[in-house]
Amino acid sequence: MKQVKPNDVMLQTFARMLIFIILAFSIYLLLAGHNSPGGGFIGGLMTASAILILYLAFDMKTIRKSIPIDFVKIIGIGLLFASLTGVVSMLFGFPYLTQFFDYFHIPLLGEVELTTALPFDLGVYFVVVGSALTIILTIAEDDN
Amino acid sequence: MMNTILTIALVIMAITLALLFIRVIIGPSIPDRILALDAIGVTLVGFIGIIMIKQDTIVYSDVVLLLSILAFVGTFALSKFLERGAVIEPGD
Repeated sequence: MKQVKPNDVMLQTFARMLIFIILAFSIYLLLAGHNSPGGGFIGGLMTASAILILYLAFDMKTIRKSIPIDFVKIIGIGLLFASLTGVVSMLFGFPYLTQFFDYFHIPLLGEVELTTALPFDLGVYFVVVGSALTIILTIAEDDN
Repeated sequence: MMNTILTIALVIMAITLALLFIRVIIGPSIPDRILALDAIGVTLVGFIGIIMIKQDTIVYSDVVLLLSILAFVGTFALSKFLERGAVIEPGD
């Protein structure tokens, strides 16, 4: 029997449209974590599942070429972010991981509360994205 | 009145979940089970929506979107595993 190359037009078109919605949702979850359910962990998991949908709809080689990111390095960047926010507060004479917040006036957004909890959450986000995708991709490329 | 209607809807959805669970258990083929699990995910989304109205809150609205995305990814991966034998293809 001749092996026919499968044609997943509907799958790939649908994945392309869905990716933007899921990535926007994950960034919303990351930024909304201060005042409502959400935060770095679940936002990172949503980003990981968006990239996982890309890997499912296309194949490993295509996505590795279009997203040339080593996800192990992403874990390191996240840990660096999370620990540096603690060290910065140490430099000003406060205990490790002291949180600061202030209200700023940003054009188009108005009065915004900016805290140093956001870089820490960003670190959590990067660690979760990196470790989830590292686990999945390591298992996936194991068999060949 | 509103509360009674919502409770009736919850009971109907619970019966749906029980019937879908029976299909997951006795489903003669794997695609039957996958479809039943997908429908269970969609029914749970409806459950959370009605519970959100009953408790008069909007904090579960993230859960609705998240559960539907996860149900989609799960069904996607399972059906790809059935058809091709590999969830993520290595590519050529």
